[in-house]
Amino acid sequence: MRITILQLFLHLLLLFGLSPLLSGVIGKTKALFAGRVGPPFLQLYFDIWKLFGKGLVISRTTTWIFRAGPVVGLAVPVLAALLIPFGPVGAPISFSGDLIFFVYLFGLSRFFTACAALDTGSSFEGMGAVREVTFSCLAEPTVFFVFIVLARLSGSFSLDAMFGPTLAASWHTAAPSLLLILVCLFIVTLVENCRIPFDDPNTHLELTMIHEVMVLDHSGPDLGMILYGAAMKFLVLGALVVRLFLPVTTGNIALDILLFIGGLLFMAVVIGVIESVMARLRLLRIPQLLVGVSLLSFFSLILLLR
Amino acid sequence: MDTLLHLLLLLVILLNFFLLGSSRLASCIRTTAFQGGILSLLPLLAHGFSGHTLFLASVAFLLKGIAIPYLLFRAIRQVHIRREVEPLIGYVPTLILGTLATAGAFIFSGRLPLIPEHSQSLFVPVGLATLATGFLMLISRRKAITQALGYLIFENGIFIFGMLLTEAMPLMVESGVLLDLLVGVFVMTILMHQINREFSTMNTDNLTSLKE
Repeated sequence: MRITILQLFLHLLLLFGLSPLLSGVIGKTKALFAGRVGPPFLQLYFDIWKLFGKGLVISRTTTWIFRAGPVVGLAVPVLAALLIPFGPVGAPISFSGDLIFFVYLFGLSRFFTACAALDTGSSFEGMGAVREVTFSCLAEPTVFFVFIVLARLSGSFSLDAMFGPTLAASWHTAAPSLLLILVCLFIVTLVENCRIPFDDPNTHLELTMIHEVMVLDHSGPDLGMILYGAAMKFLVLGALVVRLFLPVTTGNIALDILLFIGGLLFMAVVIGVIESVMARLRLLRIPQLLVGVSLLSFFSLILLLR
Repeated sequence: MDTLLHLLLLLVILLNFFLLGSSRLASCIRTTAFQGGILSLLPLLAHGFSGHTLFLASVAFLLKGIAIPYLLFRAIRQVHIRREVEPLIGYVPTLILGTLATAGAFIFSGRLPLIPEHSQSLFVPVGLATLATGFLMLISRRKAITQALGYLIFENGIFIFGMLLTEAMPLMVESGVLLDLLVGVFVMTILMHQINREFSTMNTDNLTSLKE
């Protein structure tokens, strides 16, 4: 029982402490590529701190849904993080079939974010909500195919076991399938976290933004919660990618956790490099690419079942 | 050696998907050339180094990897087109069909009564999937050049299939196939040029309508 509490503590510490740092690493990498100094690594911590100290402006046309969006957006990644192992630290909560719960937790948060955007009555925010929902509905099959492949390999329906110790052995038997789903999961991470080439988190151009447009009306602590929630979501999905990429365990828990953190930072650097060398895709090309990725993950399943 | 072979064959399938989904002619040609280059490595990896396989590999590399892409690049430079504008079947549907065909190829080849040493190899399913990709390209695209590419991919599929029996297949037959391919592409580029001059477009649809 004590181990479970320790696990829970470690999980939440990693989640709350580390998540804003990743965005700082991405920012620094991009700045390095552009020849700038860039914002400090801890910029997002400062931003969130500042926003939580600010006042709140709420439009008169909105209802309670508008306030619920950010709260759900913050609560969902915390819940989802408890279902997955962070590197060597096993998941605190785990039951058979939690992979479906995991996927639809994010569906819930998306639903509330989109509803909060629609609640403002701004057609502009409605457009963003439409785009967000379209893209994530195209990305969802990929997640399921990835999970089915892992479930098949591990013979279990809980995320803790799927990303557990059997993963290292699976790399020897089914390397091609795992390589394909690693790529697929990485692309899903990019889509879900609104990174280039799917969405540009820095843009404020009305025709191109997707996620950013939905949160335009939020201010103060609400915006802080959204930013914190987005950072955590990035960490949660990133943790799956890192675990898939680095399934090794050395046995020494401190070393393993350092390895996991190193993997996450490395992934942030990779994303920073991708964002520096690639342009945003045209909006019409995105669904095409997402369908392609779903088909790729489907193919990796076929490869495994053969 | 075997894992490398498997990875190369999987790469061939990924390139198939890319070809079905891409609309830029230049990148399509480059991908086909790359696929041809990979295929030319297969005889060496599958049957080891010998005079026979070395000859086959080098000829395949020269034709599929260099000569034919060069011809096609020259053709699109001459007729000034850069992308397939409106395929008969859209890109996403062809991609889905291609994946289904690939899945079908894997399932089908699992049921074929193959001899034991081939039953686990990827040659049969990848060959079938590449054949299907070539067919899809031939059916769904309008431009003469993408149809030529479809024909090339089709031939790549046959080549993969031929890998199963390189030992038994005489050199003359293989060189004959490769020569046929080169001549075919020659004819097609000339044809493309003619279509372009007659109709000032590359759509093969125009060939179906009668002239006064």
